[in-house]
This record gives sequence, C-alpha cells and structure tokens, in this order.
Amino acid sequence: MNIVVCVKQVPDTATERKLSSKDNTLDRDAADGVINELCEYAVEEALKIKEAHGGEVTVLTMGPAKATDTIRKALAMGADKAVHLVDDALHGSDALGTSHALAQTLKKIGFDLVILGSESTDARTGVLAAMLAERLGTPQLTLARKVDIDGSAISIERVTDYGYDKVTATLPAVVSVVEKINEPRYPSFKGIMAAKKKPVQTFGVADAEIDTAQVGLASSWSEVTEFAVAPPRAAGTIVKDEGDGGAKAAEFLASKKFI
Amino acid sequence: MAVDRALPTPEAHDLLDLVRDIIAKEIAPRAARDETEGRFPRDLFTLLGRAGLLGLPYPEEHGGAAQPYEVYLQVVEELAGAFLAVGLGVSVHTLSCFPVAAYGDQERRAELLPQMLGGELLGAYCLSEPQSGSDAAALTTRAQAADGGYVVDGVKAWTTHGGVADFYTVMARTSADGPRGISCFHVPAGTPGLSFGRPERKMGMRSSPTAQVRLDGVRLGADALIGEEGEGFRIAMAALDGGRLGIAACAVGVAQAALDAATAYARERRQFGRPIAEFQGLGFMLADMATQVAAARALYLDAARLRDAGRPYGTRAAMAKLFATDTAMKVTTDAVQVFGGYGYVEDFPAERLMREAKVLQIVEGTNQIQRLVISRALTKDA
Repeated sequence: MNIVVCVKQVPDTATERKLSSKDNTLDRDAADGVINELCEYAVEEALKIKEAHGGEVTVLTMGPAKATDTIRKALAMGADKAVHLVDDALHGSDALGTSHALAQTLKKIGFDLVILGSESTDARTGVLAAMLAERLGTPQLTLARKVDIDGSAISIERVTDYGYDKVTATLPAVVSVVEKINEPRYPSFKGIMAAKKKPVQTFGVADAEIDTAQVGLASSWSEVTEFAVAPPRAAGTIVKDEGDGGAKAAEFLASKKFI
Repeated sequence: MAVDRALPTPEAHDLLDLVRDIIAKEIAPRAARDETEGRFPRDLFTLLGRAGLLGLPYPEEHGGAAQPYEVYLQVVEELAGAFLAVGLGVSVHTLSCFPVAAYGDQERRAELLPQMLGGELLGAYCLSEPQSGSDAAALTTRAQAADGGYVVDGVKAWTTHGGVADFYTVMARTSADGPRGISCFHVPAGTPGLSFGRPERKMGMRSSPTAQVRLDGVRLGADALIGEEGEGFRIAMAALDGGRLGIAACAVGVAQAALDAATAYARERRQFGRPIAEFQGLGFMLADMATQVAAARALYLDAARLRDAGRPYGTRAAMAKLFATDTAMKVTTDAVQVFGGYGYVEDFPAERLMREAKVLQIVEGTNQIQRLVISRALTKDA
C-alpha cells in the first residue's frame, strides 16, 4: 500500500507566535518551527497501517526550506521517504490554494491512502482533508479516531458530538485523524540517524504542474486585512468567602448566563 | 535552563534533543510523584530502551549506539537531573551489561545483548554483601562446581533494582584465593533459589528499589560464567571504573537541577522590595554553585575522554566521582538554603535533591574509597 502522510511545520505553540506586518501572513522566523502535533498522530497511523499491511510511507510537506526539519522528524519516526513542495510562488496560499498545490503533487507521486491531521495549530481551518478529497475525486473520511483496512475497503470511526459514526469507503481515499487515534512513538536514536540518509525529493510548482493563478497570497480567496495583538488578559475578580461564597459564585455564573 | 554543551558530533546533538524531548514529556512531569509514592518507573526504562537510549556506549552490532562515554554520560546527566532514579538506573543497567558486553563470548553477547540494550531486560549488579562493602574482595558468596555448572549460595546487599531486575550480574567466589578466587555470573530473574529482601526504606531515591539478593542453592549452567574463573574481581573493578563516571554524571545532573531551581526561585522571590538574587550575599552563593557544577562536569568529561581515547582512566574516574558527588552535596544543601523555609518542605524540589545527593557520596565506592584509589595511584611506583 502506498500511503502518503501530509505534515505541516507550525510555529511552536510554547513560544510567542506573530504575524508579519509586511503582508499579514504568519511570521515563520519569529518562532521555532515544529511538526504540527496532529501530524505526528497521522504519521503514527500511517506507520501502523504499513506494519500491518505492508507498503511504503511517503511524507509530503508544503513549506519553506526550513520545513526540512519537520520532514526529518517524520522520517525519524519511520517513514520511508519524503517529498518537499517548496516554491516562493506558494507563499501566502490559503486553504484552497494549498489544497490545489497538494492535490497536484499527490497526483504526481501517486497514492492509495492519504492521511492528515484533522487541523493545524496555526491556521486551524480544519478543511484541508475535505478539500483534498474533493480535488482528488476520492472519498473523504475525516476526524477518524480509529481506522480499519481490509483489502481495498477502509472504514473509520468518525468523532461526532454525540459519539461516533462508522464511515466506510473504498481506496484510494483521504483520511484525517484526531488525537484519540493512537499514541505517537518517539523516534529512536537509530531512526534519527537513518532519517538523514532517506530520500527527500524537492518539487517546485512546475514539477507538480501547479496552476500559479490558484496559489500564493495574491490568488487567495481569503484575505487578512488587519490584525491586532491580543489584549493582555484582565485581572480576575476575587470573591472573599464570608459564608456566602457559593451564592456569589452562582450569581456570577448566572450573570454570564452559564446557569 | 538547558545546559550549553559542546558535543563532538551533530548526531550527539540530535541525541541530546531526543533525550530532552522525552524528559520534558515523559519523565519530568512524574518524577516528584513517583518519588513520593515510592513507585518504580519500569515503563520509563522500556521507553528509553525502545528509543535506543539504554545501550549508548555499546557496539551497534548487538543493538548499541556506539557512542563515546563523553556523549553517553551527558545523557545520563540530563536524565538524573530530571529524575535520579532513572538516570542512576540507566547507569546501573549499563554497568550490569558491561561484563557480558566486554567479557562474554560471541554467542552470549548475541543472545543477551539485544534484549539488554533494547530495554526488555533490566539489569542489576551484585557485588556488595552485608559484611563486605568497601572491602569488596572479602565477599563470601560461593559458587561451587556441580554437574558441569555451578551452585551459588550467599547474600548480596544494597542491590539497585533488586527484585525488579530481569537479570543479576553476580560476583561469587569459586575458590578461596582472595581477589583471584572471584568469578562473574549472569543470573536471570526467576532462577530457582533466587529471592529478595524487603526493599530498604531509604532517605531518598525511594522510587528505585534497593534490596538484598539472596542466592540459596541457585543452580547455573556453565554458560552463566562470564569471562574466566577467577577473572571476576578484575571484571568488577573494570565495570566500576565506568560506573563511577556514571555516578559522577548523575551527581552533576542533580547539582544542576538544584542550581536551576535555586536560581529561578531567587529571581522570583522578593524581599525588601527586590528579588533576593539581587542581594550580593545570595548572588555570590549562586555564582559559587554554578562554578562548582561546571567544574564537576569538566572533570567527568575529562575522565570520559581519557576512556574514549583508550587510555587508563580509573584514577581520573575516581577523582570525578569524588568531586562531583561532594559538589552535589554542597550545591543541593545551598539550594535548600536559598529557598529558606520553602527549601525544607516537599512542595519544592530542593529537599528531594539534597536527599538524593547524599547517596551518591556512598554508592559505587564511598568517597573515602575514591581517595584511597587516588592516593594509591599517586604513591605507587611507576
């Protein structure tokens, strides 16, 4: 089975994240780049499927040159090879543009199964899996907390507000996963060493036959017109319990319409 | 604060990054609690084994990572600073694997090392006995030849991982000939006749079981002997030279953790209208602590580089063990002082680190024995 995992480098959530005042896009130099957490779950699931059913795991990422760190991390966990889609023309692409670029690349490299994290910690649109499936003409199985594969049949448990839905489809397909699905492994020291020698292919927009009119900041359907720094959190109110603490707490919650 | 380390290779930097990641996510969050509840974190050794961190200084052929001691010890230092039971456990495990790795024949190495270094088999090292500690050559556990193998009888004391280990590296007497009558044996857990005392109730390191190991008519095959008959004391001393560097690294880790905690507290705690770190009396104390920690690290790394270069390093290892553990005792005691009353209570890490430091002055040769080793080296004829 040919499994492709889409991974994304995001700014470390533990550091201060900024937008660039130049073009209102993410300032990728302001914070350390790390692999998006949900992407680690996607890589883990791909490795598990490979261990059970055989095949090959390819990591695909779109991002600037320094995204190679994220590729190495996924390779160190055990993926076999990687494709890095990197081109200045892609800078500032929104979700629609990104889905076009990734879909074109996926068509080039081929796949039986595409796995993604259900969202990234930076943009948090959570729509990429659905967009990719649409562009690729495959079934979409999103928000999976469990994946089962039997021959060319794939079924997932899709997390919902009320529990889960059982969704089945036929491969090839696109799956997005949530953090309940597994516990990502740590790369081993040997895995880290081996990752340095695994093949990483670089694609530009021309290699993937990406339509430059559909990608990049200028072609984005959505636009960030302005942004402001989040205001510092206001100090909370301290209520002294003089025997009526419970009543006061209830009063507060009622005033906020919680109760 | 992460220690800035000049490591010999880019791969060693990757290794330290991996170790710090595992510490931050898996080890540091539970250290204090496991320690308070006296719970042995066996699962962490499995995790470290799978990540390839239990066989760092051993050859790649059997699952090791072929790292120099200079790198291996800095991993131990970081682990010990987060959770001494884990850092010291890694050091003891590495020590327990040494006889098989260095003196075992090819067949035994291929059979045992992959599981030892992969984290499936956790080791314990049995040299001390109730009546024979510093005078290790006075041990009385006997291994008598019988049926083409051995029958072992005796009691081993102060065994780290006693009762939870999967194998025991046991020094026992095969003849009455003093140090030359001692041999080294590999004893798997579960061997009939092997039993354990109740874990000692210790001042610190409560999550790491220390217990007596009793051998009562334990029957071993001939292949349980590691090295030659009579070679055991030499193997034990060679293992301890490396083990002492492990303890030195642990001590630096504990001291660094105490320094970090004390520094953070002194910058945050305000008295008389300013952070107490701004008072010279306290700032100078922190400066001395930081200098001693850096000097101790430099000394164990110096000994490690001698070892990595294949030169005799036993004396330098003894110096490193002596200096690093005495430093850890002093620095952790000072850290408690910096915290004031908060240093004496269990809600802050300082008192735990101080209790942990004490044991390091005692294990793998008391610091008095280290001085004996050093002074003998100085006065013997070249």
